[in-house]
Amino acid sequence: MLTVNDVVKKLGFEIKINGDLDKEVTGCYISDLLSDVMAKSKDGELWITLQTHPNIVAVAVVKGISAIIITNNRDPEPDTAKKAETEKITVLKTGHTTFETAGMIYTLLKSENLL
Amino acid sequence: MNVTDIIEGCYQLMEGDFTNAGVASSELKSILTKLGVPLDIVRRTAIAAFEAEMNVIIHGVAGTMHYAISETEVKITFTDMGPGIENIELAMKEGYSTAPDWVREMGWGAGMGLPNIKKNTDEMKIDSAVGEGTTLEITIKLRKDGPC
Amino acid sequence: MEISKIVELLNGQLVVHGSNKTVEIETVCSTDLMSDVLRFATKGTLLVTALNQAQVIRTAEIADIPAVIMVMGKAIEKELTELAEKKDITLISTNLPTFTTCGILYAEGLIGCLEGQ
Repeated sequence: MLTVNDVVKKLGFEIKINGDLDKEVTGCYISDLLSDVMAKSKDGELWITLQTHPNIVAVAVVKGISAIIITNNRDPEPDTAKKAETEKITVLKTGHTTFETAGMIYTLLKSENLL
Repeated sequence: MNVTDIIEGCYQLMEGDFTNAGVASSELKSILTKLGVPLDIVRRTAIAAFEAEMNVIIHGVAGTMHYAISETEVKITFTDMGPGIENIELAMKEGYSTAPDWVREMGWGAGMGLPNIKKNTDEMKIDSAVGEGTTLEITIKLRKDGPC
Repeated sequence: MEISKIVELLNGQLVVHGSNKTVEIETVCSTDLMSDVLRFATKGTLLVTALNQAQVIRTAEIADIPAVIMVMGKAIEKELTELAEKKDITLISTNLPTFTTCGILYAEGLIGCLEGQ
């Protein structure tokens, strides 16, 4: 089983908000369009996005996202961070681009037979 | 091109008109390319103009884009009748956005517009007041050898 | 990497074939936010997106992007296709989601865009 904590340790993402690092990671979804995430993402997936506004937390809660990964060195907005803390949603940050973050996670999930 | 020649043009911009968003910047890009302006300058100008166009279309109610190309620079002025910018310093911060959610679902409103404009221009002037609209003037210098 | 190889790797469909057949893709920009395309993408960049709007082509044109991949098997808006034809921008469709699309291209050695590139 792969957890959010495993992903953080292996890929070096920064933890901005610690929700539940023991949550199981089932896959990965990439989108900056909340409607797409609402329609297509699955429970337990990591969610890679450039969006930093508070609505991402609501979406993550509803869809059972294991962790939100914000790329390109962006920070969650203050309201986003507060909401994530309250809702216990893990928010991670990386200096890598969305494409590279996807590639790294793809490689990791493949090695864990999760693809 | 004569030293005294200035090429000018003007476009109307309407809030919510995503169908035509980018047409003005695209045409300006074509004009600059045809004039032989170096490609990196064309690119910077097009990016800045496009972002500014989108700002009017997202926030501005109605407005205009006016450009003037001289031998030494391109000056583009965006004027709108929108709500005005309450805090310009805040608006210049990457990620700060007042765009409504539906705009984010259209691929915009991430708060990168003004920072992108500043990054790609040589001069940027914003004149805005709440309730009175906004005027944005951007200048991109052309190379010493000019476009002609 | 040539566009034809990318289409093959992603089991994709060439919806609009731009006239620049020899363009080499060096970097990939994966985003649905157009301001970020303007910030990062350059001439040899492939745009991977799920934003099914003509805006994608307008942005690609402004940023000198030669090719766009629309993911998730989305039925591409007619306006988008027509604009891609008009602006001579290659448009590829794939049924794969963004994550798999990026993963495959990353495994083949393509890299992401860096600011100021």
